[in-house]
Amino acid sequence: MSARGTGSAPRGGLSGFFFLKTIGMALSQIWANKTRSFLTALGIIVGVASVTAVIAALTGLKTKVLTEFESVGAARLYVFPNRPDNVPRSKIPWEKCRLRIEEARAIADQCPSLKGISPLVDITLSVESDTQLIEGMSITGIWPAWHDAIGRKVLRGRPFTQIDVETARQVALVNEAAVEELSLDEAGSGGIGSHVLLGGRRFLVVGVVETLQARMFGMNSSQAEIFVPFSVAEKLLEGWYFMQFVAIARSPEVAEEAKAEIEYVLRRQRGLTKEDPDTFRVAAIDQFINQFKSLASGVTAIAGGIVGISLLVGGIGIMNIMLVSVSERTREIGLRKAVGATSSAILLQFLLEAVTLTLLGGLVGLVIGKLMALSLTFIPGANLEQADVPPWAIAVALVFSAGVGVLFGMWPAYKASRLDPIEALRHE
Amino acid sequence: MEEPIIQLRGITKVYRVGVETIHALRELDLDIHRNEFVAIMGSSGSGKSTLMNMLGCLDRPTSGEYRLGSRLVSSMKPDELALIRNVDIGFVFQSFELLPRQTALENVELPLMYSATAGGFRARRARAAAALERVGLGNRMDHRPNQLSGGQKQRVAIARAILSNPKILMADEPTGNLDTATTGEILALFTQLHREGQTIIIVTHENDVAAHCRRVVRLRDGRILSDLPAEEDPEVASHVAGAREAQAARLAAAGAAA
Repeated sequence: MSARGTGSAPRGGLSGFFFLKTIGMALSQIWANKTRSFLTALGIIVGVASVTAVIAALTGLKTKVLTEFESVGAARLYVFPNRPDNVPRSKIPWEKCRLRIEEARAIADQCPSLKGISPLVDITLSVESDTQLIEGMSITGIWPAWHDAIGRKVLRGRPFTQIDVETARQVALVNEAAVEELSLDEAGSGGIGSHVLLGGRRFLVVGVVETLQARMFGMNSSQAEIFVPFSVAEKLLEGWYFMQFVAIARSPEVAEEAKAEIEYVLRRQRGLTKEDPDTFRVAAIDQFINQFKSLASGVTAIAGGIVGISLLVGGIGIMNIMLVSVSERTREIGLRKAVGATSSAILLQFLLEAVTLTLLGGLVGLVIGKLMALSLTFIPGANLEQADVPPWAIAVALVFSAGVGVLFGMWPAYKASRLDPIEALRHE
Repeated sequence: MEEPIIQLRGITKVYRVGVETIHALRELDLDIHRNEFVAIMGSSGSGKSTLMNMLGCLDRPTSGEYRLGSRLVSSMKPDELALIRNVDIGFVFQSFELLPRQTALENVELPLMYSATAGGFRARRARAAAALERVGLGNRMDHRPNQLSGGQKQRVAIARAILSNPKILMADEPTGNLDTATTGEILALFTQLHREGQTIIIVTHENDVAAHCRRVVRLRDGRILSDLPAEEDPEVASHVAGAREAQAARLAAAGAAA
């Protein structure tokens, strides 16, 4: 004889009603134990809030930096001296690596994809105007192509000319900050026509360029800059100096070709054979971007690790409170089983409760993190005006919160599901 | 004659507590038909709680067969038993077992949470409301347990038990936590449900409660000691007679006073 009778046996399983009811009950449970729930979820809240804020700050910084990079253009190239790795120091002395002005001339003459190139050399000198003296100011020696290569035009007066360089005229370009700091505007000409003393030589200010917005990392007390023709800078220099080149391709599309041309010209200039490694490095702007991006993802990974730990701690709190809850509600579990709850329904119910708690914690954490991100944007000079929580971070935070609920709610929920209804109903 | 709704054959339940073996039920046979109103009585340790858990499908026998309706439940798996409890059995407990933060209506709805076939939100609500109407609490649906008297709480519990029109309504000392007046009220409700066709099994040690039933099964040491119609059970009969005498005496005294 069959164990099952005839006729249609009712079907087991769970309905949307079950989920709705369970979540409703979980919320009322959380509400009934407000303090306890809050303290339990605190680990999750703090973890999610801090990671959200860190990610928001990094995102803001990234946006800012990338915009800055992009505004200067993807067509720009830098040339540095560079001693190749894994070659002994004695074999390639520094002398063979450093850039020379003839090399800049060769590049300027022989690279069709280049629009212009300028050497850059920094000298630190004291600068004197009629009324002011500034010690240790940075003076940069440049060629006229610098304006194109760096993308900074003159606001007033005129740029350097080839004649300035060839005849080594003692003329200077200053930025707005220098005009202010050296009080060059006394005559009311915006600084044009005034004179500055550099290392005892008298220079005529012929043009004024814009002051750069806050320097990217860290801030100098002075933002004043002075530029002189490269040929003049050479005279001010004594002995060894460090030089790099800045160049600009005709368009961003030919930047790669321009880079290859520079490498070819420099290798030929230096007489490097096929086997010899480069003794210089040509860097396009996107390499800087990549460096920054990898730095940013490194910081994100560290922040992620810290958050992982706080979520772990938060998760243990969740497990503890769920165990307490299961023990407190033993009779309720007995009753639920008596009226037809299967073990898996009880398991699911307590899991959902843990997840509801951690998800709520995650949501509160997100709100706090968002507020923190918002307050970051008001810190002056921190370059975080664009700090914001990206959508992916919201998704990740919520998924992780729910994951912690499932992971740490599993054991208490399993315990609840295994309770014997008879024993549970007898529980005092 | 119609097939019994409950058929127990050779039901034995053995517990092991440490090295000791306890025979809670020994080779027990019992038939209960549709619309019977049975009291299961016995002192503590007689096996009546075990029998009640067995009948309510909360427990499985060590050996023997239990047939509920046409189905052999003694060999079912836990999840199948859960479904039987959900649909075919209604439980009423001594201490009501209501969820404190839920309204009367929500408490009555509880079993439907574990049913996939109970229809939509409104259908469930309507069924729970109808059950509350049946126990006379149509005007207390939104009250929470702490706003209800003991008798009202037990009515809510009964509404929850009869929600799915179960084959059997099981009550374990349903009046154990109630005063005399309320006990009468609850027993009257059981009598009414019985008249409406409900099969009811009450586990009790009170002759007063058993007197409202039609059949009294007495257990001792895991065996059936006696199984008689309520009016033929000597203890219940003498209890009823005593109560009648007392009432007659009261009436006489009242008459004399007048």
